[in-house]
Amino acid sequence: MTYQKMFTAAAIAALLVAAGCGGGEKKEEAAKEAAPAAGGPVTKVDPATAATITGKVSFAGKAPAKRPILMDAEPDCKGLHATPAYVEEVVANANGTLANVFVYVKAGLEGKNFEPASTPVMLDQQGCIYKPHVIGVRIGQKLSVSNSDPTTHNVHPMPKANREWNQSQPPKGQPIEKEFARPEVMIAVKCNVHPWMRSYIGVVEHPFYAVTGDTGAFEIKGLPPGDYTLEAWHEKFGTAEQKVTLATSATQTVEFSFKGE
Amino acid sequence: MHRGLHRYAVFTACATFCLIIAGALVTSNEAGLAVPDWPLSYGSLTPPWVGNIRYEHGHRMVATFVGMLTIGLVYWLWRREERRWVRRLGFIALGAVIAQGVLGGITVLFLLPTLVSVGHACLAQTFFCITVTLALVTSERWNQPLEGSSPWTLPALTTLSIFLQLAMGAALRHKGFGIIPHLIGAGVVTVMVMATLYRVLSRHSTQRALVQPAAILAVLLVAQLLLGAGSYIVREATRDAAQPLPFMVWTTVAHVATGALTLACSVWLTLVCWLLHRREGQAVPIAA
Ligand SMILES: [Cu+2]
Repeated sequence: MTYQKMFTAAAIAALLVAAGCGGGEKKEEAAKEAAPAAGGPVTKVDPATAATITGKVSFAGKAPAKRPILMDAEPDCKGLHATPAYVEEVVANANGTLANVFVYVKAGLEGKNFEPASTPVMLDQQGCIYKPHVIGVRIGQKLSVSNSDPTTHNVHPMPKANREWNQSQPPKGQPIEKEFARPEVMIAVKCNVHPWMRSYIGVVEHPFYAVTGDTGAFEIKGLPPGDYTLEAWHEKFGTAEQKVTLATSATQTVEFSFKGE
Repeated sequence: MHRGLHRYAVFTACATFCLIIAGALVTSNEAGLAVPDWPLSYGSLTPPWVGNIRYEHGHRMVATFVGMLTIGLVYWLWRREERRWVRRLGFIALGAVIAQGVLGGITVLFLLPTLVSVGHACLAQTFFCITVTLALVTSERWNQPLEGSSPWTLPALTTLSIFLQLAMGAALRHKGFGIIPHLIGAGVVTVMVMATLYRVLSRHSTQRALVQPAAILAVLLVAQLLLGAGSYIVREATRDAAQPLPFMVWTTVAHVATGALTLACSVWLTLVCWLLHRREGQAVPIAA
């Protein structure tokens, strides 16, 4: 073989290898497209026996320093903030609790189907920040992503179990409506135009979830009596689990606690 | 030799170097998916010029320019170049730049699969080396008589090690591998470059055509090692930042750009050795 031929062959081989790499991901994506439809009759929960979990997510220790967002290069984003904007990663409340914690029934509802959700879950973009930072959505429930900003975003959820997508949204454009086919806690959502923009979506099979707000409290109502595993998820501090036994019509209090530095 | 052709080839290689910088800016700013569609950007050639769309669409514009330059180069080579292998290399360059564009499109449409992104980065380096080769072999100096001989196996292996090291770097950037393979690669490349430099200086110290690229290669290697350490430190220090910070971005981009120059310089040295070897017209034993 001459050197020319060797070089030509090497170059062609490199191209083929590079081109071949592209194909592999397709199948995986197609597999994610198919939804594992949860069949079976809808479980009716008798309001007379339904139980409730209430509680709070407490936070001990020091919260990490707030991370400022640099919006100087983006007047359309910066103009919507009177004060400097910060990343909502750790939002510790004044009452010693933690916001943006996703609390949901992780186990104990297997084989049960619940009335599908009829209203969409809203996710908005305001001042180049997702509002709210953490949301929950049920399988097959509509997620409606709107853009209240005078600038362009791309909405890009990065799931592992569901199908990944990336869609652009013009200023004050039409809402993007999507559904997720599989349970997944959590799906990170990113805007690649504004790399600080991030939010999280918890996709669950049932309506028994909550997200803590500025009081750190949560309430999950209308559960059939039984034994459950409750999980609390936080972006920075990870997850915590608790076992709960719910008696008929009972209201059970559960407290999670996360620790800072 | 056609002087205009050589200048044009040099310009194409320089534009390609700028394209590598533009591509590195996309990755460092996490802008790869800021434009979800391809080949158009937001359904147009002039997307909204905000945020990371600037980097992604800017990269596409520079890439289009380089693509057009390449078409011109191939045409010019085809008309004026006498050496068949050089004309052929022109066509390979065209094939590479088209494949590279398509690969870039695939990374966007398939949401940045690691393998495709790394492939895109590697093909970028390959294409850059081809343009550098074309710029070199169309030069007047290339066609002047050279004296002496030098085995080209060692510089060729050095080039290969640098290419693999750039691939490891790309894999690190696109989260395919951790830092360890890239660190090992840095050690291997350092040894290879030092061995090459040693050989050139000890046996061919009077041959400027060899000493020059070997010395530049060594300088680039030192700069590259410093930039690599620097970008790692800066990246770690800004890990908690809400977004990629300009200082981190530029250190990393400088590291990527110097990597491309290091590879190109090694290709240069290899080509000169190969030329000497070829002109000698006989096989040279691979000396230890
Ligand atoms: Cu955005």
